[in-house]
Amino acid sequence: MTDKNDYPTLANADLIDAERSLFCDARPVPYEPYPVDFVEKFANWVRANSLWVLAFGTGCGAIELNPLMTSRFDANRYGIQMRPTPRQSCVIVVAGYSSVKTLKRIIRSYEQMQGPKFVLGLGICSLNGGMYWDSYNTIKRIDQYIPIDLYVTGCMPRPEALLAGFIELKDKIKAGQCDGTNRYVKDFDWYKANQKKVIKNWDMPDYNW
Amino acid sequence: MIEALKQRLSEHFQLTNLTIKNAGLAFLWVEKHELEMLLRQLRDFEGYTHLSFIIASDHIEKNQFKLTYMLHNYDTKHDLGVHVDISRVNASMHSIHPLWAQAWTYQRELKEMYGIDFPESPRVDEDFCLEGWDDMPPMRRDFDTVKYCEEHFDDRDGRATEENRQTMKVNIYPERGE
Repeated sequence: MTDKNDYPTLANADLIDAERSLFCDARPVPYEPYPVDFVEKFANWVRANSLWVLAFGTGCGAIELNPLMTSRFDANRYGIQMRPTPRQSCVIVVAGYSSVKTLKRIIRSYEQMQGPKFVLGLGICSLNGGMYWDSYNTIKRIDQYIPIDLYVTGCMPRPEALLAGFIELKDKIKAGQCDGTNRYVKDFDWYKANQKKVIKNWDMPDYNW
Repeated sequence: MIEALKQRLSEHFQLTNLTIKNAGLAFLWVEKHELEMLLRQLRDFEGYTHLSFIIASDHIEKNQFKLTYMLHNYDTKHDLGVHVDISRVNASMHSIHPLWAQAWTYQRELKEMYGIDFPESPRVDEDFCLEGWDDMPPMRRDFDTVKYCEEHFDDRDGRATEENRQTMKVNIYPERGE
């Protein structure tokens, strides 16, 4: 059996001593695909047809998520449904701008999701800041903090555009191109440095699993 | 009505100015040290029982902040704004949370956004919207938001240098190019 000390651990330096023992200090582990290619493709097909979206309205774009789930657009047709907790979700939609305060919650939620997990950037603000390009409190590029698999641009994109984005995401998942989980693990230190650069009051463990 | 109110208030307070915007809205100016007593008078005897909001505006040319306390009278459906000018240097103001309990939320916001201190206001030093902010309060006019953005958030290299019309012709609709 491998000793725990063989694995590199995280410092969790920003936690107070009393809390440090309460949190995990393990680094994230990459997703290992099934050894048989056919099985992995089948798993991807299954994943693509059952997207469980974290019901977390991160910005103004969250207002577009509500009609998506109702009878007019009915995203359930495509196997998309909302879940109330990150533990049950595999997709997080970064809907529009994210302030630094929200970014902290986005990171925390994203890290708590189980892999393989996918991120959809909705609206121009998640892409390059949009109308908040000069806001002191709104980050410009969400892809510097968490890995993004697909963007749906616009301000605001209609629910049709969002549905088209989900279908595109499904195609990418089926093709095995959504490797955000592993990108986050691979570049974990870079992502973490970017996150800590803007989030000044970092009082969480380094990896919120 | 508002003139009669001004007459009554003038007997006790030094009102420096009065502006009547329309039948339902008026503003008056008062000195800093008289504010709390004036608000108490308006609340208890003149029917302005509701504090709608407190805002600040930054008059950097005069080196002053202008605080505005907006009150509402449910009986007469009248809004009355009370302006107070305070110094921009070490800006500080009396807390009015004993008069209206909700005032401390506004005061906490003003402390964070403008750096105006309200001693003895509950939780006034806690973070409100910004978490871990260590720069100048961002709503002050001498805060350079573009500079702050450039220092903290990275731009995306994008289509900024390309001419949109030409890009559309060449890359997206080559068959429609002229």
